[in-house]
Amino acid sequence: MTEREIRARPRNRVIVNKTVAPYLFLAPFMLLFIAFLIVPLIYAFDISLYKKAMVGGVKFVGTDNYVKAFADPKFWEGVGVLFKFAFLQIPVMIGTALVFALILDSGVVWAKAFFRVSFFIPYAVPAVIATLIWSYLYGPAYGPIGQTARFLGFEAPDFVSAKWILGSIANIAQWEYMGYNMIIYFAALQAIPTDLEEASVVDGASAFAFATRIKLPMIVPTIIVTVVFSIIGSLQLFTEPFLIQNMARSIINSNYTPNYYAYTLTFVGQQPNYAAAISFLLGGVIAVVSYAFMLLANRRIDR
Amino acid sequence: MSIVGKTSTSPKFRRNRWLLTGVLSLYFLYTFMPLFYVITAATKSNQDLFSTFGLWFAPDFNLWDNLHTLFTIQDGIFLKWMGNTAYYSSISAAGAALFSTFAGYAFAKYSFLGKKLMFALVLGAVMIPQTALVIPMFLMLSKLGLTNTAFAVILPSLVFPPGVFLMRAYIDDAISNELIEAGRMDGAGEVHIFSSIAFRLLMPGFTTVLILAFVANWNNYFLPLVMLNKPDMFPITVGLAQLYSTAISGTGGVLLFTVVMTGALVSIVPVIAAFLIMQRFWQGGLGAGGVKA
Repeated sequence: MTEREIRARPRNRVIVNKTVAPYLFLAPFMLLFIAFLIVPLIYAFDISLYKKAMVGGVKFVGTDNYVKAFADPKFWEGVGVLFKFAFLQIPVMIGTALVFALILDSGVVWAKAFFRVSFFIPYAVPAVIATLIWSYLYGPAYGPIGQTARFLGFEAPDFVSAKWILGSIANIAQWEYMGYNMIIYFAALQAIPTDLEEASVVDGASAFAFATRIKLPMIVPTIIVTVVFSIIGSLQLFTEPFLIQNMARSIINSNYTPNYYAYTLTFVGQQPNYAAAISFLLGGVIAVVSYAFMLLANRRIDR
Repeated sequence: MSIVGKTSTSPKFRRNRWLLTGVLSLYFLYTFMPLFYVITAATKSNQDLFSTFGLWFAPDFNLWDNLHTLFTIQDGIFLKWMGNTAYYSSISAAGAALFSTFAGYAFAKYSFLGKKLMFALVLGAVMIPQTALVIPMFLMLSKLGLTNTAFAVILPSLVFPPGVFLMRAYIDDAISNELIEAGRMDGAGEVHIFSSIAFRLLMPGFTTVLILAFVANWNNYFLPLVMLNKPDMFPITVGLAQLYSTAISGTGGVLLFTVVMTGALVSIVPVIAAFLIMQRFWQGGLGAGGVKA
């Protein structure tokens, strides 16, 4: 844009100075942020301090709901399930994503672009639909996994039994989100300047050593961020168990995960006040775990 | 790449190439299998779905019948669901991308009072459990009589914090401070600088956020599940999930199993197509966000 063009349209010129401008640009986002994030949170915190009274209305109970939630085995069972889930799912997913990203980045394989795009495709499939598809695949009679196993002369395990259910849910998450993480790592690896590569080839570093000793350490900050996001996502697990519950009624109960518990408390149990306390407690757990992980990871790096 | 150029002739390299391509091909089969299953399941009759091998087609090609059932059950409600999904996610995505861009621009290019605090708030928002937000929002909106409206689904979706991080990182790189200063020297106002100089330069970032927000809304389940209880307001995700519950509990009367898979197929084809067409944008954009984060 030249000076002449800018000057040519004086009528459109709303002069906003540098002090006001940032607030103007932030206003739409921040207003909605306040209306649909801050206000609901304050409202939730407020109702979490009340309890339905015996005769109509509510009464103030202070921190009673939190005390009750803190001692509620149903909540902690759910947290336990999520921890198991996170320990099972995140390392496998992050591990495969890293290995595939390093393989694709090293350029040793054929059809790189094809693999990169096709591994990412499941991310475009809504979690609801991915869960529906996998629950068909898990079906004992009509699921192709069971059919194949039977054809080969053995019985596939019951994927929605108490023993396998968590693994089955973890598999859905692996299918959906591995490619997303892989793309992020791949982009981070590609962003490493190439003169480094030339230097190490001169040094005679093999492709494998180069990938693991030189490139991998350089994307550790990116890995930490993705792990934190995975932790946050795992601890909020809801959709997959909520839908699989349809075929595993005896195994997935209504407090299988804390989010599920809060949902049931509100819409089935009519206890929104207690549900709010449960949600806040879960938020606290998420914050503590994420923060602890970052602290631990950063300390490792510093050393 | 230099490594490939220098070593591609060695036998060890060739062996590795076969081996690693094999590993990736195995994972490809795993990725592809569920998608292939949807395709075969959508072409079968309910009977064949249970009696024939899941990963291949049945002799009886039933796709047209299934599509016919899908689009005619409950007076053609599936089409309504598709329309709702398109409506909710396009408006939410457009608004979310625009507001994220404005906010990202403010965070990237200005220093102002409260900047650190506001950015920390936006960052911290990611950790809030869905139930902690959506349930109180539902209680509040139901007092205002706004549940069961498009507003209840669209308005909360306009807040898209990942878009703000991404745009901040993108704008940091894409627009130099000198350029903005030059605009100021020419006497242009801040809004004018943004709309006629900066916006063009940040288009690629904007497009990425638009795509990400669109996918996030297209995939959204919890918010509409809570906010809406009229079936003709549902997006596809809520509708299909309900259809599935009906199918599995056997209360629907009609056997709905293949219809659910046909619905799944119909609803993922456009998103996958869009992803394939626009891969340049999401690949670059996800990278920018991930590397800078």
